[in-house]
Amino acid sequence: MSERKITAPSSNPESEPFYAAAKEGRFLIRTCTGCGKSHWYPRTLCPFCFGATEWTEASGNATIYSFSPMRRAGFTIAYVTLAEGPTMMTNLVDCDMDSLAIGQPVKLAFKPAEDGTPVPCFTPA
Amino acid sequence: MTIRGKAYIAGAYEHPTRKAPDKSVAQLHAESAAGALADAGLTKDDVDGYFCAGDAPGMGPVNMLDYMNLRVRHMDSTDLGGCSYIAAVAHATEAIMAGKCNVALITLAGRPRSEGHSGTAARPGNPNIPDSPWETHFGPSTVNLYAMAAARHMYQYGTTSEQLAWIKVAASHHAQHNPHAMLRDVVTVEDVVNSPMVSDPLHRLDCCVVSDGGGALLVVKPEIAKALKRPLVKVLGGAEAMKGQMGGDVDLTYSGAVWTGPAAFAEAGVMPSDIQYASIYDSFTITVLMQLEDLGFCEKGKGGAFVADGNLISGVGKLPFNTDGGGLCNNHPANRGGITKVIEAVRQLRGEAHPKVQVPNCGLALAHGTGGLLGSRHASATLILERE
Ligand SMILES: [Zn+2]
Repeated sequence: MSERKITAPSSNPESEPFYAAAKEGRFLIRTCTGCGKSHWYPRTLCPFCFGATEWTEASGNATIYSFSPMRRAGFTIAYVTLAEGPTMMTNLVDCDMDSLAIGQPVKLAFKPAEDGTPVPCFTPA
Repeated sequence: MTIRGKAYIAGAYEHPTRKAPDKSVAQLHAESAAGALADAGLTKDDVDGYFCAGDAPGMGPVNMLDYMNLRVRHMDSTDLGGCSYIAAVAHATEAIMAGKCNVALITLAGRPRSEGHSGTAARPGNPNIPDSPWETHFGPSTVNLYAMAAARHMYQYGTTSEQLAWIKVAASHHAQHNPHAMLRDVVTVEDVVNSPMVSDPLHRLDCCVVSDGGGALLVVKPEIAKALKRPLVKVLGGAEAMKGQMGGDVDLTYSGAVWTGPAAFAEAGVMPSDIQYASIYDSFTITVLMQLEDLGFCEKGKGGAFVADGNLISGVGKLPFNTDGGGLCNNHPANRGGITKVIEAVRQLRGEAHPKVQVPNCGLALAHGTGGLLGSRHASATLILERE
């Protein structure tokens, strides 16, 4: 079973710095300078208090919140909860689909999309 | 001020087609509108308000009202996905209360079956949809975003595939009596759990049908409803809400029904235990289970036990649901099931459901829908109706 090709992410001015950092191997999230909370997906205004936010580097450590293996299509859609707090949508990669479990520790694994852009996937830790 | 008793559903029509390669989408809207007018005993010149949503082609009211050549004084194209038409009944009631219209027409129609659109295809990216640059490339299809909710519910509450299967079994028991239903064969729990896995843990028979079709409703002011010859179906309460990823505080174990249920019941002045018939949006089996819990028909996390053993089958269980066969077996026109939910509730309250599934002396019914995607972001709408 070959893995599904990841399509190139669409991009807008709020997402461009994330993918620029990803090309340097850095995984950024945004954190509020007012309330201090990190959130996902990244926004200029904090979704909790509408305060200003800034890019902060995340550890890449996470646990599986939920997932669904698409065996025929060759990919696993998932939500993972980052060590920094927010839960994000991703794909689980380089793994045996049938041995995954909710609560399992995973770590960041950037994978190239069709256009080469690294996108944040996760793999068992 | 509430919408309680301020309008009635005087006309309801479900287009009989399930595959319409020879009809246009606008035609299906108009044929549905004509059907609802005939049902109510009204004419097109009586319509002075129009409500539609994202399935209406072009600019919605502008293109559709031109096609039907209707002159209205109030328009609303609020798009809440598949539950738009449930919310539209409440919005129409609000407009009637405000004197903005007297006869509100709501239409839905679409041809996803003829056009080859289903819920397993990934969506194209769009950089202006704020979540798209972060999600679309991961390939989430509609079914994935319900499967992840099901997986988490199973993890957290011990819900099983067999319990989810009972929802499909109940729908199939009802669909066998509906000559228009796409799937009329009665299925068993084994049939469901042994059907091919689509997006683990959801099987093919956990998913709704893909059908062409349409429907229409007429919401009218009380004086007009009382002058017509149809049974009186009164709007008692309605509520709407949106639930998303909450900045990353994702919780896939509940839906926006936790907010719309209490609000609609409070407005109606009734309790979940008073409801005699429930139309519950059934894009997937998990959608039904989660909404039943969130609306308060059972304790949170106990939905699996609640739906098991035929408890949703009319004449058998405590809460007859989707007696037309629902989206799971009957019809899911335009990939949006909200209007058929209201239509079957109206049939039940009028005593016009199929005799094999008619709830005796049905006086109080609920219609509830989820529009969008349960596992990422969705709208919820609840409507409570009473036979007067
Ligand atoms: Zn903040």
